[in-house]
Amino acid sequence: MHNPETSNLHKPSARPGREPVQERPSARGPVARGVFGHANELPQQVEQAPQPKPTTGTRLKPAPEGSVLVTGVCGRLGKLLARELHRTDQVVGVDRRPFADRPKDIVHHQVDMRRKKMKDIFRGRNIRAVVHLGVLHDRRRSESDRHTWNIVAFQKLLDYMSQYQVPKLIVLSGANVYGPQANNPQFLTEDAPLLGAGMRDLVELDMLAQSFFWKHPDTETVVLRPCHIVGRVRNAASNYLRLERPVMVMGFDPMMQVVHEKDVVRAIQLALRPGVRGIFNIRGPGEMPLSHLIRRAGGRPRLVPTPLAKVALDQLWKLHLSSFPSQELDHLRYVCMVDDSRARTELGYEPAHSIDRALKDARRLRYQIS
Amino acid sequence: MTCLVRSVKSRCGKSVAPFSIDVCRICLHDGSMGQGGSIVPFAGWRRTRLLGESPLRQVLRSLGDRVVRIAEDVVGQDIDARIAGIKTHLNEVGHDPFGFDPETSRYALAIAALLHRRYFRTEVFGINRVPQGRVLIVANHSGQLPLDAVMIGSAMMLDADPPRFPRSMVETWTAELPFISTLYPKLGQVVGSPENARRLLRQEESLIVFPEGARGISKTYDQRYQLTDFGLGFVRLALETGTPIVPVAVIGAEEQYLSVADFKPLARLLKMPSFPVMPQLLFGMIAPLPTKYRLYFGEPFRFSGDPDDDDSAIEEKVWLVKSTIQSMVNRGLRERKGVFV
Repeated sequence: MHNPETSNLHKPSARPGREPVQERPSARGPVARGVFGHANELPQQVEQAPQPKPTTGTRLKPAPEGSVLVTGVCGRLGKLLARELHRTDQVVGVDRRPFADRPKDIVHHQVDMRRKKMKDIFRGRNIRAVVHLGVLHDRRRSESDRHTWNIVAFQKLLDYMSQYQVPKLIVLSGANVYGPQANNPQFLTEDAPLLGAGMRDLVELDMLAQSFFWKHPDTETVVLRPCHIVGRVRNAASNYLRLERPVMVMGFDPMMQVVHEKDVVRAIQLALRPGVRGIFNIRGPGEMPLSHLIRRAGGRPRLVPTPLAKVALDQLWKLHLSSFPSQELDHLRYVCMVDDSRARTELGYEPAHSIDRALKDARRLRYQIS
Repeated sequence: MTCLVRSVKSRCGKSVAPFSIDVCRICLHDGSMGQGGSIVPFAGWRRTRLLGESPLRQVLRSLGDRVVRIAEDVVGQDIDARIAGIKTHLNEVGHDPFGFDPETSRYALAIAALLHRRYFRTEVFGINRVPQGRVLIVANHSGQLPLDAVMIGSAMMLDADPPRFPRSMVETWTAELPFISTLYPKLGQVVGSPENARRLLRQEESLIVFPEGARGISKTYDQRYQLTDFGLGFVRLALETGTPIVPVAVIGAEEQYLSVADFKPLARLLKMPSFPVMPQLLFGMIAPLPTKYRLYFGEPFRFSGDPDDDDSAIEEKVWLVKSTIQSMVNRGLRERKGVFV
C-alpha cells in the first residue's frame, strides 16, 4: 500500500515552517498507484516536461481566484466542458489521467480524487464552483473500487466544500438512477423515487448530493439527471448504439431518450449561473422507440429472447467478452424517460443538437476505431 | 414525411399521410399493393429488401394491407383517412411520446372496424355528447376480454366526427410481457398510472377508464349488468385536471363469454386476477359469441371541488357517475329485444 517514493516527497519535515500536512494515503482506497499504476512514473514526468504547474509531488497549488473545479476532467465530457468554460472562467481540472491536449490556461492536477491532496486545491478559498463529473460508471470495476471512488471520494469532496464554503456544486447524476421499471410512468419527474437496482453506488451518490443540498443551504447544489448521453463519449449508451448488430430483447421496444453530449455541457454551464439550485432532469430532443434509434444509428437490431439473452450475457460477462452485465437488460425492456419541464422553465435549457447529430457523432467514433 | 427513395415515391405519386416512418408507406410494402398494382404476394421483395425491410415484416405488412383493404370495402369507410384525421401531440422527432404508431394502428383499426360493424353490429347512441378537448370516458367493464374498450375506441374513431383517438390505461404487468409490451403502446394504450393520465389529459386527449377494473371484467353470468365497486381515482383525476366525465353504458359485452364460475385457486396459481370458467370454450368456441353491442354515451359531468378532498366527498361524485351508468344500463336492457338482435 505505502509507496516509499512518493511518501518521501510528502514528509512533513521537508517543509519547515508550514503546518504539517498528512499526506498518508487513505487506508480505504488504493493509493495513487491505483488502477493505472502511474504513481511511480509521475514525479519523473514532472521533472522531464517543464510544465507550468507541477501538479504532483509537492503540495498542490491552491486554485486561483474565482475558478471552477472540474473533477473527472479528462473524460470526453469533462474535456468538452473545460474547453467551453475556459473562455470565460478559470478552470481547474482534477483527474487521475493526464490531460494531453489541454488549453494552456487550464490548470490540471493529475491526482487521485481519493487522496487528501485534493484539500490543497481548496485551501485558498478561491473556488467558485465544483462540477463533479468524476463518477466511475465502469461495471467491470470491483464493488469496493466503485464504492471508494463514487461514495468515499465524493463524501470527502463534500467535506472540503463545506469546510471552505464553496458556493456552488454541480453533480452529474443520470436518469438511470430512477431505474427502468415496468410500472414507471412514461415521464419521470424529479421527485420520482430512485430505484436503479444494480447501480447502487450511483443512487447513493445522488442521495449524498441531495442530502448536501438540504444540509448546506448556503451552497447552491445542482443535481443534473440527463437521459442517455450520446455522442463521442464512451459510455454504455453510446457504445451500444455504435454496435453494428446491437442486441435487442425480443418483444420489447421501449421508448428511449438520448441527449447530445454538448447539450449536457450546455446544461452544466446554465447550472453554473448564480441562483440556480435543485434537481433537474435533462432530456434530448424527443424520444423514439429503441429500434428506430438503432436503425438511425446505422445498426441492425439482433432480436434475442429474454432468457437466452440473460444466459448469453452472463456467460459473455464471465468471459470478459461483453461490457454489459445482464441486469442492464432492463434498460432494453422498460421505459426510463424523464420529464425536463423543470429544466426548461427554471434552467432555461433547450436541446440544440438533434438526435441524428448525436447518433452521427457516436457513429463517427465507430469508424475512427475501425 | 419525406420518402427516402425518390423513385419509389414518384412511382406511386400519392401523397403520404403524416406517418412517422422512413420510407414511403404506400408503395413500399408489397410492390405497390396499395395502388392496385401486383397482387402477387412477393412481387416487390427485391426492392424492399434493398431498403432494409426484413421478409417477416414484409409479409406482415402485406397481410395487414389486405386486412385494411378488406375492412375498407366491408365498412365503406376510409380507414387511413380516419387515422390521419386524429390529432396527437408529436414530439420534436415526429414520434408520439407514449409510443403510438399510426402504422400499426391502422391494421388494428381495420380489425376493430370489422368487429364493430359486422361481428358485433354495434349501435352507438349519443356520441355527439362527447365534448371536444380533454375528456374521461367512464364505462362499465364486462366480458372477460376487454372488447368493450375496443368497441368504445372504434366508435370514437369511426362514428365520431372528427375522429377522436381515445387512449386507454392498461394494467402495469402487461408491460412485462414480451410482444404485448410492444404492441399496446403502438396502439395508443398507456400503462395505468396517475402521472400518465394527468399528462395525457393536460395534452387534451381522451381517456377510456373502467373504474371497476378487474372486478368488473371477470364477473360471472349471474352478476351480469350489476356494477361492482368503483375506484375513486378517476374523479380525483377529473377534479385535478378539470376534465369532463362522459358516462358510457356498454350493453352486450356480458354475454360474449359466459362465465359460470371463477376458479380462484388456479387464478392464484397463475397469478391472474381471476380464472373464469367458460363452458363455450369446452365446445371449442374460442371466439366471443356474436352478441349485439349497444353503446350509450351520456351527458358529460363537470365536477368542481378539491381533488384531495375526503373519500366521503369524492364518493358522492363517484356514486353519481355510477348510478347514472347503472340507470343507462338498465334502460338499455329494457330497450333491447334480444341478445343477438
